[in-house]
Amino acid sequence: MNQAILSEDIRKSFGEVKALQGVSLDVGRGEIFGLIGPDGAGKTTLFRIITTLMLPDAGRMTVLGLDAVSGYKTLRRKIGYMPGRFSLYQDLSVEENLHFYATVFGTTVRENYDLIADIYSHIEPFKKRLAGQLSGGMKQKLALSCALIHKPELLVLDEPTTGVDAVSRKEFWEMLKKLQQKGITILVSTPYMDEATLCDRVALIQGGRILDVDTPRRITEKFPHRIFQVRSDEMFRLITDLRDFKKAGSVFAFGQYVHFTGLDDEVECVELDNYLDKLNHTNVLVEEIAPGIEDVFIHLMKVS
Amino acid sequence: MEENIISVRNLVRKFGSFTANDNLSFDVRKGEIFGFLGANGAGKTTAVRILCGLSKPTSGEVKIAGFDIYRETEKIKRNIGYMSQRFSLYEDLTVAENIQLYGGIYGLPNRLIREKQAELLNRLGMTDVRNKLIAGLPLGWKQKLAFSVAILHDPKIVFLDEPTGGVDPIARRQFWEMIYETASGGTTIFVTTHYMDEAEYCDRISIMSEGKIVALDTPAALKRIYQAPSVEEVFVKIARPSKSLL
Repeated sequence: MNQAILSEDIRKSFGEVKALQGVSLDVGRGEIFGLIGPDGAGKTTLFRIITTLMLPDAGRMTVLGLDAVSGYKTLRRKIGYMPGRFSLYQDLSVEENLHFYATVFGTTVRENYDLIADIYSHIEPFKKRLAGQLSGGMKQKLALSCALIHKPELLVLDEPTTGVDAVSRKEFWEMLKKLQQKGITILVSTPYMDEATLCDRVALIQGGRILDVDTPRRITEKFPHRIFQVRSDEMFRLITDLRDFKKAGSVFAFGQYVHFTGLDDEVECVELDNYLDKLNHTNVLVEEIAPGIEDVFIHLMKVS
Repeated sequence: MEENIISVRNLVRKFGSFTANDNLSFDVRKGEIFGFLGANGAGKTTAVRILCGLSKPTSGEVKIAGFDIYRETEKIKRNIGYMSQRFSLYEDLTVAENIQLYGGIYGLPNRLIREKQAELLNRLGMTDVRNKLIAGLPLGWKQKLAFSVAILHDPKIVFLDEPTGGVDPIARRQFWEMIYETASGGTTIFVTTHYMDEAEYCDRISIMSEGKIVALDTPAALKRIYQAPSVEEVFVKIARPSKSLL
């Protein structure tokens, strides 16, 4: 059994809202697997089903070789879950929270301290402080320590880096890499497309459907069009002018650039250059680039 | 000569012995999209509150749309708009009621509110949902509506606080196109964010760390200077607080 998670055609609705519309994917043991999608895509619902906290309407979910519905009691001891909202006890201290979670799982902090030492050492100087009074970055480290204290085989992290600044975000991913080296399978969701490249494999999810599952590299390699990045001094006029170009396929702003794909792949840099020149754009730059995850995501959203 | 719509000179704001803003000086031009970045606790919120006329500096000179921050805060408030992703619209009012409410708060005459409301609903393609509660709308729609409401009174400057977090990549781009369109009409856009990918869309950005502005330039220039492929990498290189990450 090499799969940590096997999701087969999982469906879940809340009244009219179809949160998951047939989700199938598998996560290998020892992988860092990313679930990438915007708010409302269904990430949290899928995680609740994987962590045995919610029942699917249809489909089969197998986690660590056990059925997530019938095997929930065993599974809960093997899974560490860090929900998106901070859900530790705000009126207990750092240390009390950690001991509480260890006790609930029938273990002690001392027994598994090795696993959390790297992370917990950052907040240990503040172990007497109430959890509710910690900064965002410290709360995140405490929540991760508590999710790990029973030495889970599978760690499920729901948007751990949302609302965290760039520096802490980078550190957090470094911690995940270290945990992976200790043999823990990690399933992590994020709305940040750029974090996809930090995962071994990713699933792109939107509107309760999986758009693609693969390694980040293969996902971008499968992008079917040539793509150009274009710049000029007037961003808004650039976007509208490029959309008016007769062979324009998709035109979207990407930071300081516009990403352009043609209706066919016959469009060349020089054509775009001349077209924008005629329209009196200044400081025009056109170059062909390799697509990123976000280009792929937009493409898959449009074709699905 | 380009016109400065925001002018800040030697701005200092202290809270007791703590210096939240340590001698800030910068200008923002008319029609510019200016990104104001910094880690949590770097002093962004303190500075923005001052720029909006909600709080006074300890010392320094600040002019917003030509008005003095010490003596003309009411005029400043009439010339700025504000949008935060989280708090802008009333969830238990309908789309139309939110527009009416903000129009009223900004002191627009009823006739003008009605005109603007029809035009705005039409432009956003939201005429059919005009009587729906905000709570039931997709996040992308809420953001576009919140931005439109923030510029209902044709302010000279609009302040955006983390405007596009969480939405899908297409909705996010539609939102930025609205911002570009507004800026190309001469409105200045002041974006506070700690999402570095939002920073990539700005004309110029400043990065704050421990109360000081440690960098200010175009995203392209900063990437060149710090030899980094993204604003995110620039930020990681220079915005780390010197003491600790906590």
